[in-house]
Amino acid sequence: MIHFVKKALADIHSNRFLNLITIITISLSILVVSVFLLFFENASRVIESWNKGGRAMIYLKSEFRMDMLPKLKVKINTLGDIDEIVYISKTQALDKLKKNMSSQSAFLKTLKENPLPDALEIRMKSYNSFEEVQKFAQSIKAIEIVEDVEYGQGWLGRFLKIFNLFKITGYAMCTLFFLIALFITANTVRLAFYSRKREIEIMRLVGATETFIKAPFYVEGLLQGFLGGILGMVILLITYLAVSSGITQSFASYMYFDIRFLSVQTIALIITGSIFLGWFGCYLSLKQILK
Amino acid sequence: MNDKSNKNSIIRLFNVSKRFGGKLALKDITLDIEQGELIFISGPSGAGKSTLLKILYLAEKASEGQILIGGMNLARISSSKLPFLRRRFGMIFQDFKLIPNRTVYENVALVLEVAGEKPSFIRKKVMQVLRTIGMEKKFKALPPTLSGGEQQRVAVARAVVGQPSIILADEPTGSLDLKSAQIILDSLMEYHKKGATVLIVSHNLHLLESTVRSRNVEISEGTIKRIATIC
Repeated sequence: MIHFVKKALADIHSNRFLNLITIITISLSILVVSVFLLFFENASRVIESWNKGGRAMIYLKSEFRMDMLPKLKVKINTLGDIDEIVYISKTQALDKLKKNMSSQSAFLKTLKENPLPDALEIRMKSYNSFEEVQKFAQSIKAIEIVEDVEYGQGWLGRFLKIFNLFKITGYAMCTLFFLIALFITANTVRLAFYSRKREIEIMRLVGATETFIKAPFYVEGLLQGFLGGILGMVILLITYLAVSSGITQSFASYMYFDIRFLSVQTIALIITGSIFLGWFGCYLSLKQILK
Repeated sequence: MNDKSNKNSIIRLFNVSKRFGGKLALKDITLDIEQGELIFISGPSGAGKSTLLKILYLAEKASEGQILIGGMNLARISSSKLPFLRRRFGMIFQDFKLIPNRTVYENVALVLEVAGEKPSFIRKKVMQVLRTIGMEKKFKALPPTLSGGEQQRVAVARAVVGQPSIILADEPTGSLDLKSAQIILDSLMEYHKKGATVLIVSHNLHLLESTVRSRNVEISEGTIKRIATIC
Protein backbone atom coordinates (compact mmCIF):
# COMPACT_ATOMS: atom_id res chain seq x y z
CA MET A 1 0.00 0.00 0.00
CA ILE A 2 2.83 2.39 0.90
CA HIS A 3 4.31 1.68 -2.53
CA PHE A 4 1.04 2.67 -4.23
CA VAL A 5 0.70 5.87 -2.17
CA LYS A 6 4.33 6.80 -2.94
CA LYS A 7 3.73 6.10 -6.62
CA ALA A 8 0.52 8.13 -6.64
CA LEU A 9 2.25 11.06 -4.90
CA ALA A 10 5.11 10.88 -7.38
CA ASP A 11 2.60 10.93 -10.27
CA ILE A 12 0.74 13.87 -8.76
CA HIS A 13 4.08 15.65 -8.41
CA SER A 14 5.16 14.90 -11.99
CA ASN A 15 1.78 16.05 -13.37
CA ARG A 16 1.40 18.96 -10.96
CA PHE A 17 -0.51 21.32 -13.23
CA LEU A 18 -3.02 18.74 -14.42
CA ASN A 19 -3.61 17.48 -10.90
CA LEU A 20 -3.95 21.02 -9.56
CA ILE A 21 -6.64 21.77 -12.14
CA THR A 22 -8.47 18.58 -11.18
CA ILE A 23 -8.28 19.34 -7.47
CA ILE A 24 -9.51 22.91 -8.04
CA THR A 25 -12.40 21.62 -10.21
CA ILE A 26 -13.38 19.10 -7.56
CA SER A 27 -13.12 21.77 -4.86
CA LEU A 28 -15.36 24.16 -6.86
CA SER A 29 -17.94 21.44 -7.35
CA ILE A 30 -17.79 20.62 -3.67
CA LEU A 31 -18.08 24.33 -2.88
CA VAL A 32 -21.26 24.68 -4.95
CA VAL A 33 -22.80 21.61 -3.31
CA SER A 34 -21.72 22.82 0.14
CA VAL A 35 -23.16 26.31 -0.38
CA PHE A 36 -26.53 24.78 -1.19
CA LEU A 37 -26.29 22.41 1.76
CA LEU A 38 -25.36 25.32 4.02
CA PHE A 39 -28.38 27.27 2.78
CA PHE A 40 -30.72 24.28 3.12
CA GLU A 41 -29.50 23.40 6.61
CA ASN A 42 -29.97 26.98 7.84
CA ALA A 43 -33.22 27.63 5.98
CA SER A 44 -34.68 24.36 7.26
CA ARG A 45 -33.74 25.37 10.79
CA VAL A 46 -35.37 28.79 10.36
CA ILE A 47 -38.55 27.28 8.90
CA GLU A 48 -38.62 24.74 11.69
CA SER A 49 -38.27 27.43 14.33
CA TRP A 50 -40.98 29.58 12.71
CA ASN A 51 -43.24 26.59 12.45
CA LYS A 52 -42.48 25.55 16.00
CA GLY A 53 -44.90 28.14 17.36
CA GLY A 54 -47.73 26.76 15.25
CA ARG A 55 -49.67 29.94 15.95
CA ALA A 56 -52.85 31.12 14.26
CA MET A 57 -55.09 34.12 14.80
CA ILE A 58 -58.84 33.57 14.53
CA TYR A 59 -60.75 36.75 13.80
CA LEU A 60 -64.39 36.62 14.87
CA LYS A 61 -67.45 38.21 13.28
CA SER A 62 -69.06 41.26 14.83
CA GLU A 63 -72.03 39.11 15.99
CA PHE A 64 -69.73 37.42 18.50
CA ARG A 65 -70.77 37.61 22.12
CA MET A 66 -68.78 36.55 25.18
CA ASP A 67 -71.26 33.81 26.09
CA MET A 68 -70.37 32.06 22.83
CA LEU A 69 -66.69 31.75 23.88
CA PRO A 70 -66.80 28.48 25.93
CA LYS A 71 -68.69 26.65 23.19
CA LEU A 72 -66.35 28.03 20.53
CA LYS A 73 -63.28 26.92 22.49
CA VAL A 74 -64.71 23.40 22.82
CA LYS A 75 -65.43 23.30 19.09
CA ILE A 76 -61.90 24.44 18.17
CA ASN A 77 -60.39 21.90 20.57
CA THR A 78 -62.20 19.12 18.77
CA LEU A 79 -60.67 20.15 15.42
CA GLY A 80 -57.01 19.72 16.37
CA ASP A 81 -54.41 19.19 19.04
CA ILE A 82 -54.55 22.64 20.63
CA ASP A 83 -52.09 23.69 23.30
CA GLU A 84 -53.57 27.06 24.23
CA ILE A 85 -56.46 29.36 23.25
CA VAL A 86 -56.24 32.99 24.31
CA TYR A 87 -59.14 35.38 23.80
CA ILE A 88 -58.18 38.90 22.72
CA SER A 89 -61.07 41.31 22.81
CA LYS A 90 -61.33 44.11 20.25
CA THR A 91 -60.59 46.63 23.04
CA GLN A 92 -57.41 44.79 24.05
CA ALA A 93 -56.39 44.58 20.41
CA LEU A 94 -56.82 48.33 19.89
CA ASP A 95 -54.87 49.10 23.08
CA LYS A 96 -52.05 46.87 21.85
CA LEU A 97 -52.10 48.57 18.46
CA LYS A 98 -51.96 52.02 20.06
CA LYS A 99 -49.04 50.89 22.17
CA ASN A 100 -47.17 49.48 19.16
CA MET A 101 -47.84 52.60 17.09
CA SER A 102 -47.19 55.04 19.92
CA SER A 103 -45.50 57.60 17.67
CA GLN A 104 -48.14 57.47 14.95
CA SER A 105 -51.21 56.82 17.12
CA ALA A 106 -52.72 60.26 16.59
CA PHE A 107 -54.89 59.11 13.70
CA LEU A 108 -56.24 56.22 15.83
CA LYS A 109 -57.84 58.87 18.11
CA THR A 110 -59.95 60.03 15.20
CA LEU A 111 -61.69 56.66 15.01
CA LYS A 112 -65.33 56.87 16.13
CA GLU A 113 -65.57 53.18 16.83
CA ASN A 114 -63.13 50.31 17.24
CA PRO A 115 -62.70 48.71 13.77
CA LEU A 116 -60.76 45.70 15.09
CA PRO A 117 -62.53 42.36 15.55
CA ASP A 118 -62.52 40.13 18.60
CA ALA A 119 -59.94 37.39 18.14
CA LEU A 120 -58.60 34.13 19.48
CA GLU A 121 -54.92 33.33 19.42
CA ILE A 122 -54.30 29.61 19.31
CA ARG A 123 -51.15 27.54 19.51
CA MET A 124 -51.06 23.98 18.24
CA LYS A 125 -49.42 21.27 20.33
CA SER A 126 -47.87 19.38 17.43
CA TYR A 127 -48.03 19.21 13.67
CA ASN A 128 -45.85 17.82 10.99
CA SER A 129 -46.12 20.22 8.10
CA PHE A 130 -47.26 23.56 6.89
CA GLU A 131 -50.01 21.77 4.94
CA GLU A 132 -51.36 20.34 8.20
CA VAL A 133 -51.62 23.86 9.69
CA GLN A 134 -53.28 25.02 6.49
CA LYS A 135 -55.88 22.21 6.66
CA PHE A 136 -56.54 22.92 10.31
CA ALA A 137 -57.02 26.63 9.58
CA GLN A 138 -59.52 25.84 6.85
CA SER A 139 -61.63 23.72 9.18
CA ILE A 140 -61.68 26.58 11.72
CA LYS A 141 -62.67 29.02 9.01
CA ALA A 142 -65.71 26.85 8.33
CA ILE A 143 -67.11 27.71 11.80
CA GLU A 144 -69.97 30.13 11.36
CA ILE A 145 -68.85 32.81 13.80
CA VAL A 146 -65.29 32.89 12.41
CA GLU A 147 -64.57 35.71 9.97
CA ASP A 148 -61.01 34.80 9.02
CA VAL A 149 -57.98 32.81 10.09
CA GLU A 150 -54.43 34.06 9.74
CA TYR A 151 -51.56 31.63 10.12
CA GLY A 152 -48.78 33.17 8.09
CA GLN A 153 -50.13 31.54 4.98
CA GLY A 154 -48.97 34.44 2.87
CA TRP A 155 -45.33 34.85 3.67
CA LEU A 156 -44.66 31.31 4.91
CA GLY A 157 -46.29 29.76 1.85
CA ARG A 158 -44.35 32.06 -0.43
CA PHE A 159 -41.12 31.35 1.42
CA LEU A 160 -41.72 27.61 1.17
CA LYS A 161 -42.35 27.94 -2.57
CA ILE A 162 -39.06 29.84 -3.02
CA PHE A 163 -37.33 27.35 -0.76
CA ASN A 164 -38.58 24.42 -2.84
CA LEU A 165 -37.59 26.19 -6.05
CA PHE A 166 -34.13 26.70 -4.59
CA LYS A 167 -34.02 23.05 -3.66
CA ILE A 168 -34.71 21.97 -7.25
CA THR A 169 -32.14 24.47 -8.57
CA GLY A 170 -29.73 23.19 -5.95
CA TYR A 171 -30.16 19.58 -6.99
CA ALA A 172 -29.73 20.51 -10.66
CA MET A 173 -26.60 22.58 -9.98
CA CYS A 174 -25.11 19.89 -7.74
CA THR A 175 -25.71 17.22 -10.40
CA LEU A 176 -24.20 19.44 -13.08
CA PHE A 177 -21.09 20.24 -11.07
CA PHE A 178 -20.75 16.62 -9.99
CA LEU A 179 -20.75 15.56 -13.65
CA ILE A 180 -18.23 18.26 -14.59
CA ALA A 181 -15.91 17.20 -11.77
CA LEU A 182 -16.37 13.56 -12.71
CA PHE A 183 -15.52 14.30 -16.34
CA ILE A 184 -12.39 16.28 -15.38
CA THR A 185 -11.23 13.61 -12.93
CA ALA A 186 -11.77 10.83 -15.46
CA ASN A 187 -9.93 12.85 -18.07
CA THR A 188 -6.97 13.48 -15.76
CA VAL A 189 -6.67 9.77 -15.06
CA ARG A 190 -6.92 9.06 -18.78
CA LEU A 191 -4.13 11.53 -19.58
CA ALA A 192 -1.99 10.16 -16.75
CA PHE A 193 -2.58 6.66 -18.06
CA TYR A 194 -1.58 7.55 -21.62
CA SER A 195 1.47 9.46 -20.44
CA ARG A 196 2.56 6.28 -18.63
CA LYS A 197 1.59 3.86 -21.38
CA ARG A 198 5.16 2.71 -22.01
CA GLU A 199 5.76 2.28 -18.30
CA ILE A 200 2.57 0.20 -17.99
CA GLU A 201 3.58 -1.94 -20.96
CA ILE A 202 6.95 -2.63 -19.27
CA MET A 203 5.26 -3.37 -15.96
CA ARG A 204 3.07 -5.94 -17.69
CA LEU A 205 6.11 -7.53 -19.32
CA VAL A 206 7.83 -8.02 -15.97
CA GLY A 207 4.75 -9.67 -14.48
CA ALA A 208 2.72 -6.88 -12.88
CA THR A 209 -0.90 -7.78 -12.24
CA GLU A 210 -3.69 -5.43 -13.34
CA THR A 211 -4.34 -4.61 -9.67
CA PHE A 212 -0.70 -3.56 -9.27
CA ILE A 213 -0.99 -1.34 -12.35
CA LYS A 214 -4.36 0.19 -11.47
CA ALA A 215 -3.81 0.73 -7.73
CA PRO A 216 -1.70 3.93 -8.02
CA PHE A 217 -4.36 5.48 -10.29
CA TYR A 218 -7.06 4.72 -7.74
CA VAL A 219 -4.94 6.13 -4.93
CA GLU A 220 -4.36 9.21 -7.10
CA GLY A 221 -8.12 9.57 -7.68
CA LEU A 222 -8.87 9.15 -3.98
CA LEU A 223 -6.21 11.73 -3.07
CA GLN A 224 -7.55 14.18 -5.66
CA GLY A 225 -11.06 13.72 -4.28
CA PHE A 226 -9.91 14.13 -0.70
CA LEU A 227 -7.79 17.22 -1.38
CA GLY A 228 -10.54 18.73 -3.54
CA GLY A 229 -13.07 18.15 -0.76
CA ILE A 230 -10.83 19.67 1.90
CA LEU A 231 -10.04 22.69 -0.29
CA GLY A 232 -13.74 23.23 -1.02
CA MET A 233 -14.57 23.07 2.69
CA VAL A 234 -11.78 25.50 3.58
CA ILE A 235 -13.00 28.02 0.96
CA LEU A 236 -16.56 27.64 2.28
CA LEU A 237 -15.42 28.10 5.89
CA ILE A 238 -13.44 31.25 5.05
CA THR A 239 -16.39 32.68 3.10
CA TYR A 240 -18.77 31.72 5.91
CA LEU A 241 -16.63 33.43 8.55
CA ALA A 242 -16.39 36.56 6.41
CA VAL A 243 -20.09 36.78 5.52
CA SER A 244 -22.11 35.15 8.33
CA SER A 245 -21.65 37.86 10.98
CA GLY A 246 -22.82 40.51 8.48
CA ILE A 247 -25.97 38.54 7.60
CA THR A 248 -26.78 37.87 11.26
CA GLN A 249 -26.43 41.60 12.07
CA SER A 250 -28.63 42.59 9.11
CA PHE A 251 -31.44 40.30 10.25
CA ALA A 252 -30.98 40.96 13.96
CA SER A 253 -33.50 43.84 14.01
CA TYR A 254 -36.24 41.70 12.43
CA MET A 255 -35.77 38.32 14.02
CA TYR A 256 -33.43 36.00 15.82
CA PHE A 257 -31.44 34.58 12.94
CA ASP A 258 -28.41 32.49 13.72
CA ILE A 259 -26.45 31.11 10.74
CA ARG A 260 -24.54 28.01 11.58
CA PHE A 261 -21.77 26.26 9.62
CA LEU A 262 -22.35 22.76 8.32
CA SER A 263 -22.64 20.04 10.93
CA VAL A 264 -19.75 17.60 11.40
CA GLN A 265 -21.89 14.84 9.86
CA THR A 266 -22.56 16.93 6.76
CA ILE A 267 -18.86 17.84 6.42
CA ALA A 268 -17.94 14.15 6.74
CA LEU A 269 -20.59 13.30 4.13
CA ILE A 270 -19.25 15.94 1.72
CA ILE A 271 -15.62 14.80 2.10
CA THR A 272 -16.70 11.17 1.63
CA GLY A 273 -18.67 12.22 -1.46
CA SER A 274 -15.64 14.04 -2.78
CA ILE A 275 -13.40 11.01 -2.24
CA PHE A 276 -16.01 8.87 -3.99
CA LEU A 277 -16.02 11.35 -6.87
CA GLY A 278 -12.24 10.91 -7.31
CA TRP A 279 -12.52 7.15 -7.13
CA PHE A 280 -15.50 6.95 -9.49
CA GLY A 281 -13.81 9.18 -12.09
CA CYS A 282 -10.80 6.88 -11.97
CA TYR A 283 -12.97 3.76 -12.16
CA LEU A 284 -14.86 5.02 -15.24
CA SER A 285 -11.69 6.05 -16.99
CA LEU A 286 -9.77 2.82 -16.35
CA LYS A 287 -12.80 0.73 -17.24
CA GLN A 288 -12.98 2.46 -20.61
CA ILE A 289 -9.21 2.39 -21.29
CA LEU A 290 -8.68 -1.24 -20.29
CA LYS A 291 -11.86 -2.48 -21.99
CA MET B 1 12.05 -29.55 -39.18
CA ASN B 2 11.09 -31.32 -35.93
CA ASP B 3 12.98 -31.81 -32.75
CA LYS B 4 13.00 -34.88 -30.46
CA SER B 5 11.09 -34.55 -27.17
CA ASN B 6 12.97 -34.74 -23.92
CA LYS B 7 11.98 -35.45 -20.34
CA ASN B 8 13.89 -32.33 -19.15
CA SER B 9 12.13 -30.03 -21.60
CA ILE B 10 11.15 -26.69 -20.06
CA ILE B 11 9.76 -25.23 -23.29
CA ARG B 12 7.91 -27.36 -25.83
CA LEU B 13 6.37 -26.12 -29.04
CA PHE B 14 4.12 -28.38 -31.15
CA ASN B 15 3.29 -27.33 -34.68
CA VAL B 16 3.07 -23.67 -33.75
CA SER B 17 1.96 -21.22 -36.42
CA LYS B 18 1.28 -17.51 -36.26
CA ARG B 19 -0.70 -15.50 -38.75
CA PHE B 20 -0.90 -11.72 -39.02
CA GLY B 21 -3.94 -11.20 -41.21
CA GLY B 22 -3.25 -13.34 -44.26
CA LYS B 23 0.50 -13.44 -43.74
CA LEU B 24 2.07 -16.46 -42.07
CA ALA B 25 4.84 -15.26 -39.76
CA LEU B 26 5.57 -18.67 -38.22
CA LYS B 27 4.76 -22.01 -39.78
CA ASP B 28 4.58 -25.37 -38.07
CA ILE B 29 7.32 -24.83 -35.48
CA THR B 30 8.07 -27.83 -33.29
CA LEU B 31 10.87 -27.45 -30.80
CA ASP B 32 11.92 -28.81 -27.43
CA ILE B 33 14.19 -26.77 -25.17
CA GLU B 34 15.80 -28.44 -22.21
CA GLN B 35 16.16 -26.95 -18.79
CA GLY B 36 19.46 -25.07 -18.53
CA GLU B 37 20.01 -25.05 -22.26
CA LEU B 38 21.48 -22.15 -24.22
CA ILE B 39 19.60 -21.59 -27.47
CA PHE B 40 20.36 -19.14 -30.23
CA ILE B 41 17.56 -18.36 -32.60
CA SER B 42 19.09 -16.92 -35.70
CA GLY B 43 17.96 -15.98 -39.12
CA PRO B 44 17.53 -12.98 -41.38
CA SER B 45 15.35 -9.96 -40.52
CA GLY B 46 11.66 -10.73 -40.84
CA ALA B 47 12.25 -14.49 -40.48
CA GLY B 48 9.94 -14.70 -37.46
CA LYS B 49 12.55 -14.91 -34.66
CA SER B 50 11.06 -12.12 -32.52
CA THR B 51 7.54 -13.40 -33.19
CA LEU B 52 8.58 -16.75 -31.79
CA LEU B 53 9.87 -15.09 -28.65
CA LYS B 54 6.72 -12.93 -28.33
CA ILE B 55 4.59 -16.06 -28.51
CA LEU B 56 6.57 -17.55 -25.64
CA TYR B 57 5.91 -14.60 -23.30
CA LEU B 58 2.39 -14.20 -24.66
CA ALA B 59 2.80 -10.76 -26.16
CA GLU B 60 1.29 -12.56 -29.16
CA LYS B 61 -0.92 -15.63 -29.24
CA ALA B 62 -0.17 -18.58 -31.46
CA SER B 63 -2.73 -19.00 -34.23
CA GLU B 64 -2.25 -22.77 -34.22
CA GLY B 65 -0.37 -25.38 -32.22
CA GLN B 66 0.44 -25.91 -28.58
CA ILE B 67 3.09 -24.42 -26.33
CA LEU B 68 4.04 -25.87 -22.96
CA ILE B 69 6.23 -23.92 -20.57
CA GLY B 70 7.21 -25.80 -17.44
CA GLY B 71 4.19 -28.02 -18.05
CA MET B 72 1.78 -25.06 -18.42
CA ASN B 73 -0.23 -24.95 -21.59
CA LEU B 74 -0.12 -21.35 -22.80
CA ALA B 75 -3.43 -21.71 -24.66
CA ARG B 76 -5.17 -22.33 -21.35
CA ILE B 77 -3.60 -19.52 -19.38
CA SER B 78 -6.16 -16.93 -18.27
CA SER B 79 -5.31 -13.24 -18.36
CA SER B 80 -5.21 -13.20 -14.56
CA LYS B 81 -2.53 -15.94 -14.57
CA LEU B 82 -0.44 -14.30 -17.28
CA PRO B 83 1.59 -12.07 -14.89
CA PHE B 84 2.61 -15.16 -12.91
CA LEU B 85 3.83 -16.87 -16.08
CA ARG B 86 5.84 -13.79 -17.04
CA ARG B 87 7.54 -13.78 -13.65
CA ARG B 88 9.18 -17.05 -14.68
CA PHE B 89 10.93 -15.16 -17.50
CA GLY B 90 13.64 -12.61 -17.49
CA MET B 91 13.31 -10.52 -20.62
CA ILE B 92 15.84 -8.42 -22.48
CA PHE B 93 15.00 -6.30 -25.51
CA GLN B 94 17.00 -4.56 -28.18
CA ASP B 95 15.43 -1.22 -27.21
CA PHE B 96 16.07 -2.00 -23.48
CA LYS B 97 12.48 -1.17 -22.43
CA LEU B 98 13.57 0.71 -19.34
CA ILE B 99 11.23 3.22 -17.69
CA PRO B 100 12.92 6.56 -18.48
CA ASN B 101 11.67 8.50 -15.44
CA ARG B 102 12.68 5.82 -12.94
CA THR B 103 16.20 5.35 -11.67
CA VAL B 104 18.38 2.35 -12.45
CA TYR B 105 17.58 1.00 -8.98
CA GLU B 106 13.82 1.48 -9.44
CA ASN B 107 13.84 -0.18 -12.87
CA VAL B 108 15.54 -3.26 -11.50
CA ALA B 109 13.50 -3.27 -8.28
CA LEU B 110 10.22 -3.24 -10.23
CA VAL B 111 10.48 -6.99 -10.92
CA LEU B 112 10.66 -7.76 -7.21
CA GLU B 113 8.01 -5.17 -6.32
CA VAL B 114 5.43 -6.72 -8.65
CA ALA B 115 6.26 -10.09 -7.11
CA GLY B 116 5.41 -8.64 -3.69
CA GLU B 117 8.86 -8.99 -2.13
CA LYS B 118 9.73 -7.15 1.09
CA PRO B 119 11.50 -3.78 0.73
CA SER B 120 14.53 -4.94 2.74
CA PHE B 121 14.97 -7.98 0.48
CA ILE B 122 14.49 -5.82 -2.62
CA ARG B 123 17.19 -3.37 -1.50
CA LYS B 124 19.68 -6.14 -0.80
CA LYS B 125 18.98 -8.13 -3.94
CA VAL B 126 18.93 -5.17 -6.36
CA MET B 127 22.23 -3.78 -5.09
CA GLN B 128 23.79 -7.24 -5.26
CA VAL B 129 22.75 -7.69 -8.91
CA LEU B 130 23.84 -4.16 -9.82
CA ARG B 131 27.27 -4.90 -8.30
CA THR B 132 27.55 -8.08 -10.37
CA ILE B 133 26.73 -6.15 -13.53
CA GLY B 134 29.02 -3.26 -12.59
CA MET B 135 26.27 -0.65 -12.31
CA GLU B 136 26.11 -0.19 -8.55
CA LYS B 137 27.62 3.30 -8.69
CA LYS B 138 24.96 4.47 -11.10
CA PHE B 139 21.97 3.12 -9.20
CA LYS B 140 20.46 6.62 -8.89
CA ALA B 141 20.92 7.49 -12.57
CA LEU B 142 18.02 7.77 -14.97
CA PRO B 143 18.23 5.53 -18.07
CA PRO B 144 18.38 8.38 -20.63
CA THR B 145 21.61 9.59 -18.99
CA LEU B 146 23.31 6.21 -19.60
CA SER B 147 25.04 4.85 -22.70
CA GLY B 148 23.38 2.08 -24.73
CA GLY B 149 25.67 -0.54 -23.24
CA GLU B 150 24.94 0.65 -19.72
CA GLN B 151 21.22 0.65 -20.36
CA GLN B 152 21.40 -2.91 -21.64
CA ARG B 153 23.35 -3.91 -18.54
CA VAL B 154 20.53 -2.49 -16.44
CA ALA B 155 18.08 -4.47 -18.58
CA VAL B 156 20.11 -7.63 -17.92
CA ALA B 157 20.10 -6.85 -14.20
CA ARG B 158 16.32 -6.46 -14.34
CA ALA B 159 16.01 -9.74 -16.24
CA VAL B 160 18.00 -11.75 -13.70
CA VAL B 161 17.11 -10.09 -10.39
CA GLY B 162 14.04 -12.27 -9.90
CA GLN B 163 16.16 -15.40 -10.54
CA PRO B 164 13.95 -16.60 -13.38
CA SER B 165 14.33 -20.09 -14.78
CA ILE B 166 14.16 -18.79 -18.36
CA ILE B 167 15.84 -15.74 -19.88
CA LEU B 168 14.50 -14.50 -23.21
CA ALA B 169 16.72 -12.01 -25.00
CA ASP B 170 15.49 -10.38 -28.20
CA GLU B 171 18.50 -8.99 -30.11
CA PRO B 172 20.20 -7.99 -26.81
CA THR B 173 23.33 -6.77 -28.56
CA GLY B 174 21.67 -5.45 -31.69
CA SER B 175 22.26 -1.79 -30.98
CA LEU B 176 25.54 -2.07 -29.09
CA ASP B 177 29.21 -1.77 -30.01
CA LEU B 178 31.35 -4.91 -29.86
CA LYS B 179 32.74 -4.24 -26.39
CA SER B 180 29.32 -3.59 -24.85
CA ALA B 181 27.87 -6.57 -26.70
CA GLN B 182 30.56 -8.80 -25.22
CA ILE B 183 29.82 -7.57 -21.69
CA ILE B 184 26.11 -8.35 -22.15
CA LEU B 185 26.84 -11.74 -23.62
CA ASP B 186 29.27 -12.58 -20.78
CA SER B 187 26.57 -11.61 -18.25
CA LEU B 188 24.07 -13.87 -19.94
CA MET B 189 26.58 -16.74 -20.01
CA GLU B 190 27.14 -16.19 -16.31
CA TYR B 191 23.44 -16.77 -15.58
CA HIS B 192 23.31 -19.66 -18.00
CA LYS B 193 26.12 -21.33 -16.00
CA LYS B 194 24.04 -20.91 -12.88
CA GLY B 195 21.36 -23.10 -14.47
CA ALA B 196 19.05 -20.68 -16.28
CA THR B 197 17.63 -21.58 -19.67
CA VAL B 198 18.68 -18.81 -22.04
CA LEU B 199 17.11 -18.07 -25.43
CA ILE B 200 18.86 -15.44 -27.46
CA VAL B 201 17.34 -14.14 -30.64
CA SER B 202 20.02 -12.67 -32.88
CA HIS B 203 20.87 -12.18 -36.49
CA ASN B 204 24.46 -11.62 -35.44
CA LEU B 205 26.18 -14.98 -36.06
CA HIS B 206 29.38 -13.56 -34.63
CA LEU B 207 27.86 -14.14 -31.16
CA LEU B 208 27.80 -17.88 -31.72
CA GLU B 209 31.60 -18.04 -31.84
CA SER B 210 32.06 -16.65 -28.39
CA THR B 211 29.84 -18.92 -26.39
CA VAL B 212 29.82 -22.21 -24.54
CA ARG B 213 27.96 -25.30 -25.76
CA SER B 214 24.67 -24.29 -27.28
CA ARG B 215 22.16 -24.98 -30.02
CA ASN B 216 21.45 -22.72 -32.92
CA VAL B 217 17.93 -22.79 -34.27
CA GLU B 218 17.96 -21.19 -37.68
CA ILE B 219 14.68 -19.76 -38.81
CA SER B 220 13.87 -18.56 -42.27
CA GLU B 221 10.50 -17.46 -43.68
CA GLY B 222 8.75 -18.60 -40.51
CA THR B 223 10.03 -22.18 -40.43
CA ILE B 224 12.95 -23.93 -38.77
CA LYS B 225 15.54 -24.53 -41.45
CA ARG B 226 18.26 -26.07 -39.31
CA ILE B 227 19.13 -26.94 -35.72
CA ALA B 228 22.85 -27.17 -35.05
CA THR B 229 24.71 -27.95 -31.86
CA ILE B 230 27.67 -25.66 -31.24
CA CYS B 231 30.42 -26.85 -28.93
